[in-house]
Amino acid sequence: MSDPVSALQGAQFSGIASVEEGGLAGMITLRGDLGSKVMQAAVKEATGADIPATNQVSLSADGGTAWMSPDELLLMVSYTEVEEILAALNKSLAGEHALAVNVSDARAVFRVSGDGARETLAKICPVDLSAEAFVPGQFRRTRMAQVAAAFWLDESGAFTIVCFRSVADYVFNLLSNAAHPQSAVGVY
Amino acid sequence: MSTRLANQGRLIDRSKPIEFTFNGNRMTGYEGDTLASALLANDQMMVGRSFKYHRPRGLVASGAEEPNALVGLGNGDRFEPNQRVTTTELFAGLSAQSQNHWPSLEFDVGAINTHLSRFLPAGFYYKMFMYPKAFWKHVYEPIIRHSAGLGKAPDKELKDADQYEHFYFFADVVVVGGGVAGLQAAKAAAATGAKVLLMEQTNTWGGRAPVDGGTIDGDTPEAWVEKTLAELEAMDNVTLRSRCMGSGVYDHGYVLGYERLTDHTPGAAGPRHRLWRIRAKQIVTATGAIERPLSFAGNDVPGVMLAGAMRDYVANWGVTPGKRVVIATNNDDAYRTAITLHNAGVEVVRVLDARASGGGALMEEVRQLGIRVDPGRAIAKVTGGKRVAKVAVCAQNGEGGAQEDVVADAVAMSGGWSPVVHLWSHCGGKLIWDDAQAHFRPDASRPPLGDDGAGFVVAAGSANGTLDLENTLTDATAAGAAAAKAAGFAKKAVKAPVGSVQAEQPMAPVWLMPAKADIKLRMKTWLDYQNDVKVSDVQLAAREGYESVEHTKRYTTLGMATDQGKLSNINGLAVLADTLGSEIPQVGTTTFRPPYTPISMGAIGGEARGEIFQPIRKTPMHDWHDANGADWEPVGQWRRAYAFVRSSESVEDAVAREVKNTRENLGLLDASTLGKLVVKGPDAGKFLDMMYTNMMSNLKVGKCRYGLMCSENGFLIDDGVVARIDDDTWLCHTTTGGAERIHGHMEEWLQTEWWDWKVYVANVTEQLAQVAVVGPNARKVLEKLNAQAGGGMDVSKEALAFMEWKDGKIGEFDARAYRISFSGELSYEIAVPASQGMAFWQALLEAGKEFGVMPYGTECLHIMRAEKGFIMIGDETDGTVIPQDLGLHWALSKKKEDYLGKRAHLRSHMADPDRWQLVGLETVDGSVIPDGAYAVGEGLNANGQRNVVGRVTSTYHSPTLNKGIAMGLVHNGQKRMGEVIEFPGTDDKTYKAKIVDQVFYDKEGEKQNV
Amino acid sequence: MLILECPYCGVKAEETELHAGGEAHLKRFGPGSSDSEFHDYLFMRENPKGVHFDRWRHINGCGKWFHAARCTMTLEVFGTYSAQTFEPPQDIRDAISAKRPDWTWREFK
Repeated sequence: MSDPVSALQGAQFSGIASVEEGGLAGMITLRGDLGSKVMQAAVKEATGADIPATNQVSLSADGGTAWMSPDELLLMVSYTEVEEILAALNKSLAGEHALAVNVSDARAVFRVSGDGARETLAKICPVDLSAEAFVPGQFRRTRMAQVAAAFWLDESGAFTIVCFRSVADYVFNLLSNAAHPQSAVGVY
Repeated sequence: MSTRLANQGRLIDRSKPIEFTFNGNRMTGYEGDTLASALLANDQMMVGRSFKYHRPRGLVASGAEEPNALVGLGNGDRFEPNQRVTTTELFAGLSAQSQNHWPSLEFDVGAINTHLSRFLPAGFYYKMFMYPKAFWKHVYEPIIRHSAGLGKAPDKELKDADQYEHFYFFADVVVVGGGVAGLQAAKAAAATGAKVLLMEQTNTWGGRAPVDGGTIDGDTPEAWVEKTLAELEAMDNVTLRSRCMGSGVYDHGYVLGYERLTDHTPGAAGPRHRLWRIRAKQIVTATGAIERPLSFAGNDVPGVMLAGAMRDYVANWGVTPGKRVVIATNNDDAYRTAITLHNAGVEVVRVLDARASGGGALMEEVRQLGIRVDPGRAIAKVTGGKRVAKVAVCAQNGEGGAQEDVVADAVAMSGGWSPVVHLWSHCGGKLIWDDAQAHFRPDASRPPLGDDGAGFVVAAGSANGTLDLENTLTDATAAGAAAAKAAGFAKKAVKAPVGSVQAEQPMAPVWLMPAKADIKLRMKTWLDYQNDVKVSDVQLAAREGYESVEHTKRYTTLGMATDQGKLSNINGLAVLADTLGSEIPQVGTTTFRPPYTPISMGAIGGEARGEIFQPIRKTPMHDWHDANGADWEPVGQWRRAYAFVRSSESVEDAVAREVKNTRENLGLLDASTLGKLVVKGPDAGKFLDMMYTNMMSNLKVGKCRYGLMCSENGFLIDDGVVARIDDDTWLCHTTTGGAERIHGHMEEWLQTEWWDWKVYVANVTEQLAQVAVVGPNARKVLEKLNAQAGGGMDVSKEALAFMEWKDGKIGEFDARAYRISFSGELSYEIAVPASQGMAFWQALLEAGKEFGVMPYGTECLHIMRAEKGFIMIGDETDGTVIPQDLGLHWALSKKKEDYLGKRAHLRSHMADPDRWQLVGLETVDGSVIPDGAYAVGEGLNANGQRNVVGRVTSTYHSPTLNKGIAMGLVHNGQKRMGEVIEFPGTDDKTYKAKIVDQVFYDKEGEKQNV
Repeated sequence: MLILECPYCGVKAEETELHAGGEAHLKRFGPGSSDSEFHDYLFMRENPKGVHFDRWRHINGCGKWFHAARCTMTLEVFGTYSAQTFEPPQDIRDAISAKRPDWTWREFK
């Protein structure tokens, strides 16, 4: 196997917020009955995290789980172990009606942090990003300008953004443009 | 002359002079000036010429309602036409050019139109340019196009130098307008704890109150504004934005705010405009009122100005439009202008009060100052060409006779005030006619309705028709509190400040001055300055039967200019009502549409320009293609290489080389864009049997099958190869443009029709980079990679037969190989993780060197599939084509009871034997039929055009066969083999083509079965 | 620009996050149906001025299809509910009746 590469190989920009491509991240799309005990155990085993509540992310030491829809989760695991974890997951889910696929390479991940992080996202997403409305742990799938994206906020005030790999360039340029150093709105 | 006064000017800083140019002339203003006030200070009263008659025009207003003073602003890539000087803050180096004249503002050839004006009445264009019919295209249209349009378009070669952005914001209460009403409403709303956004379009707070005078809680309005602003600024739940116009109100509390960040500091870093896309639970419109002009002859002569505007110029910027001023009014407010002018040392020659008994306390105050007031008198006409010279005075209640001439250089007029109801009305708020004040105001009982069915807009202050300071403040307090309550916040009592002003006598409506002005006067009495519409035009329209206000508007163009009739609409309606013998409320208003004033296209586009104009999807190998001659082709949002062009060759050469090399040696195609959907579950087979026209449930694990998808209407929507992965898992390939669409299509049926079926779908398109390894040497290169790595999957004919797939290693890569072919050659499509796509591509190129490897693009792919007669979704199909048209009966399962499209194919016109059928076409002389050409048959249709019997769907020069080949849909095509039909080209040539079998190359399929 | 609350994830989504899907509660007619049944299923729509039921997908969001009961004239939204039902649920019907007592839509009222 050749060394895998992420879409933008760690590109960075700094303005009212810092924007950086997060590199390779292990991700599994898991569809199934989120209420099932077998599913809950399998997810916990795969990620170390519980199945989150609606529109939430639950993070563990080495991964996490994000709520994508009533029957879909995004599991975040170590990139190098994703195939083994997937195999184990499929084993635990044997007999369940479920679908688990590796989507690590189908995604690009960005981190947006700093004082202007909320405003940067509020320029391109139709989401209330005020501190009252969007709190750490919240996970939102939405539209980022002209593409689909999802993001969550962590306790440090940084957003992690997940989008499709093919539009990584677009999203990076979009975020950098929105984080223009002289473009602070001054409301968040 | 207009000039700077020695005193007054609350907004300017006389210690900070600013240089600017107007039509190349250097002028000086002060910090705090608008371009309008600075022009007046430099005695530049005439600022442009009118659109139709090219009449000299001067400033009429002091704010957003200004109709005349539009200029071209800036230079080069920052040039913008039609900028209102009244809303342009002065800055150093500002450069403005006046509009609608040639060769100069002072001397303009087009001004001849004003002498022809009796030949250019309303509807002139409609009547004049009807006949002769043939004149339209070659005579009338070019002339009209030349003379149409306001201002000059920016240079098409230049790109706007600035950047723009959007900002999504959510508020409980949005207050639009930062006058005393807006400030007070915001304060009342914020007191409840509601999150409040207050927007003001100018750079100053307080609106008209500081100019109009009176007291608030015993203080000057100015002091109260300052204090209230400080209070609001200190509140965490309040956001204040100046230079931010409430541009429009839309469904469900959506509001647009147009923030002008650097218009006053052009070239400053950062965005120029920011469009606030706001969701408000409640909106308070505290947008003030606009003064109406009076309709008298010559009311457009430069120097005739709204009374309130004249007061603004004196009080705010210390400039006076004239030295000798006549004031004409129908209300008490204009007397404030007399007082302001007098106190500034400007001579007020006469106040003409159209009301027979004149005004009240304010009139007495004016008389006390020694100013002559004439009740019952009116302006018969103003004369003076480029500047007011003389005012003819007459009785209001007459025809304009018995005139007395008064020498003056400026006229202030006031026809009463109309609330700015635009934002209230944008989303359906209704109006009522207020007889006493002669204006339309918001009808609080019929507000615009939100998603809960309740009103979401509250009007406050003069925007609500409360024109005096005292009632404005109580109204605004109530409005702010009501909005907060409706937004769900508990009531909190806020005491309304006490405003005090002099009591006023009622105004009296004056729609024409003098009341019975004769036709000669009416033909010089302007309603709409910007579109040059006169009282006589509206009257003519009414006489010609245009009774509906919406029709009259379009016929006369009243209110259709960039100012959207802010000054003219009510006056025009009144004239129309009067002419029709009807009442104003019965005639009604035209529709108010956003934006309130024009906003920049840049702001609307926001960030979407340059490299982020639209998303461009890139495969993992994109950068390699780009560096190796890719001639890009957009396919949906993807970019695919059309061909890899070498420096010495043309694109056509490259395509031909790629086809030849792939057929003879080895070609590589980046097929990563093909959609890949995993479909899994106990009911997945049953589900795919519904999705595809052919059977997928009986596909064996390890095998592939080409499948067709139809819509419920029966039309082809997609195709692709389906692979059975395991017992309950299939992988469906879609077209490049189809991945998201077909994924959505599957989800739609699963979620909304067969929600009890156990099936999950996931889109893994981008997880995988896919490479088509094609050509006689395809197997060799894969075997070489395996040999280099010391093992790997067996790709022999026996181990991986045609239409089979296999997982394993190709060289050092984890891969899934599909033995499928879209070219007719020995071919493998190999999928590897996207993160290794680039490395895999390079490994193939390296290993393939000895086998003559070359990458190929989409055009080569298209030609090779056309040579084999394979259809392409989007070429052979266009949303009206069914599988039967394409001879794909074999892919329509007869065993299945049901699939999407099956029932539709039984409809009579679908089963019609007369439908056009797919055939191959071979030109007689080897030329290439033009793309999209139609075949013509015998006879003519009802329009006298030749009957059409078919059309080309794909057409190419085949490098393999060295001739033109095509596919097309032809009437009775399958029965007409060998027949020659004609395709007229747009190049005046006729292309003759023989109908043949659509498979042009390797009919037996020997090349792929090796 | 409308806002609809997605009944699956609870997000109050603006229209740009949604995809409109036409009239709700269509009954599918397949093979075996008459020409007129199939024609009506494909093409005949209520298109009312007033109370209406339509389909939306939370496409830039959780991806789920749902139904909205709303007024096409005032744009009032009476409620949103799961797409996995053959008819408007009672609470939605009650919400409509509270505002539009005389409403009817196809066989529902």
